[in-house]
Amino acid sequence: MKKLAVLLLVALVIPLIVSCNSDRPVVYVCNWGEYISDGLDDSMDVNREFEERTGIKVVYDNFTSNEDLYAKLKAGGTQYDIIIPSDYMVERLIAEGLVQKINFDNIPNYVNILDEYKNLPFDPNNEYSVPYNVGMVGLIYNTKEVEGVPDSWEILWDQKYSGKILNFKNPRDAFAIAQFALGLNINSTDTKDWDAAAIKLVEQKPLLQMFVMDEVFNKMETGEAILAPYYAGDYFTMAENNPDLAFVYPKEGTNRFVDSICIPANAKNKENAEKYINFLLESDVALANAEYIYYASPNKTVVENPDYLLYQDEITYPSQEVMANTQSFTHLPNELIEYMNRLWSDILMK
Amino acid sequence: MKKYESFPVSPVEKKRRRKRERQAALITSPYLLWMIIFTLIPMIFVVYYAFTDATGAFTINNVKGLLGLEKETQNVIQSGTFIRLDFVKIFWRSMWYGAVATVVCLLIAYPVAYFVSQMRENRQQIIITLVMLPMWMNFILRTYALMKMLEDTGIINTAFTKLGLPVIHMINTPFAVILGMVYNFLPYMVLPIYSVMSKMDYSLIEAAQDLGCNRMRVFTKVILPLSMGGVVSGITMVFVPSVSTFYISQKLGGGTNEMIGDVIERTFLTETNYNVGAAISLVLMILIFICMAVMNRFSEDESQGGSIIV
Repeated sequence: MKKLAVLLLVALVIPLIVSCNSDRPVVYVCNWGEYISDGLDDSMDVNREFEERTGIKVVYDNFTSNEDLYAKLKAGGTQYDIIIPSDYMVERLIAEGLVQKINFDNIPNYVNILDEYKNLPFDPNNEYSVPYNVGMVGLIYNTKEVEGVPDSWEILWDQKYSGKILNFKNPRDAFAIAQFALGLNINSTDTKDWDAAAIKLVEQKPLLQMFVMDEVFNKMETGEAILAPYYAGDYFTMAENNPDLAFVYPKEGTNRFVDSICIPANAKNKENAEKYINFLLESDVALANAEYIYYASPNKTVVENPDYLLYQDEITYPSQEVMANTQSFTHLPNELIEYMNRLWSDILMK
Repeated sequence: MKKYESFPVSPVEKKRRRKRERQAALITSPYLLWMIIFTLIPMIFVVYYAFTDATGAFTINNVKGLLGLEKETQNVIQSGTFIRLDFVKIFWRSMWYGAVATVVCLLIAYPVAYFVSQMRENRQQIIITLVMLPMWMNFILRTYALMKMLEDTGIINTAFTKLGLPVIHMINTPFAVILGMVYNFLPYMVLPIYSVMSKMDYSLIEAAQDLGCNRMRVFTKVILPLSMGGVVSGITMVFVPSVSTFYISQKLGGGTNEMIGDVIERTFLTETNYNVGAAISLVLMILIFICMAVMNRFSEDESQGGSIIV
């Protein structure tokens, strides 16, 4: 009787273990939330489309910030084949050997990428990353509550709007706002510059309603908050729900970032990952994503397509003048990151 | 038990007892294994990380830094704008908010539990189901919903404005955070008190009344001592998660009511500093342990057979 029970148990457990190694090809993807066309509102369900075209199953997961993704990769125990970090994090992952070289022979669609998005400083020889989206930070404001057009980051320190102001809840973005307001280099390696920015953020704290990431949608759409620095692409989503919202690139300049597709060093399905990257660069897929996410596309076939929803849109593809006034994050030395994180912690605990 | 032991035990009985012991060990072994894997070993890791630095060398600076005993030797703004005494402040805030939330929960839950236990059986079941009902919904959703209610443009204030009443600013205040805790953890106070009260021997109350106790004395001399076990486990079940909570303060407290749970989360996920994160967790655990020990000492004489969880 006992033996039978054991046999039964083994018979039950074995398929569970084996099924994890089934023959069906698979690709594990970890992306930002709401950062892929998912089939809502007649859009293309990109992951399902990939499964249909290639027969490779997509296992999809999210991360909420570059730091969060880094923590996941660093801790080990994750098994992703595709990740989409931002520029400075790509640089860090390359430096720490957490991503591997991509075989570009398997990515013929790479020709679709605009030349200006090739050989970027964070991956100068274009070995590890393929640009996915380009974004810029700007100022979102409620036209009913804010007087005039706020053309300076300083408005986020205006007493008049106390309690109605939001700021980023991740250190790099939040510091950048203070650094732009102070006219500092966002990649400064002088700790004094970071101290100055930290003091600026401490000054802002009494006026601040909240540090936000995704809550920004809710707070801005309902009018609970009226001023927030955030990513241009997300402004469109908010404006759909609150027509009083407007967007501006402040005169002090702003941050421009390139989120790029990478393959982690411990990826198990590299070839599938490369197929997935190539698929994301297909013109119809890239178009579907660009129209769903509202971020600027680095894909030639999208940008040059007159039927594209955001074709020559001023916010998504701003003028040369605005573009010239942008800075991109670079990977800071680890000690400086630690220093920044401490300042950040002090600001939040203040 | 003692009387039973004093009888000579027959060999058959001995064998039976040994078998029962073996069965008990077998039955409890999954739980034991669970505790070892998911409680004991992680605890060892927490202690290990708390007392080592990034290179793995032994250090007590992580803990000292938290308690404000050590000024930062490096990485501090020269002007002295920041000193990490902030940790102490946040520990205090967490304990304070947790304590207030626990007291409020107790004040609400005790009468509820008492009156429910006096009701007819089937009505008791309905009320207890209603108490548990919010717990069927996800904790994060509930807190988010509360945020939407308390906002200046939220449901409550919109209704106030419609009625011509002034807007009451509630969100991003200590009040909102404590309300969030009370709302989320109240069932954990009601249930243990109720379960003790519903099993209370009513003849003891009748005896007290027969012997001339007025209602007040019946309560203080009989009902309160008998329900102490439930109160103690209720306090534990509310205080511990309140002190260590991290999501509620982020959503309802804005930027100025950060609690120690938020700091732990950030230290692990944003800073990726496991050593300091573990040190904060360890200090928090010790503080909670001390609170619970003090409380158990207070209630030891009064609670009889009440389950006390530390």
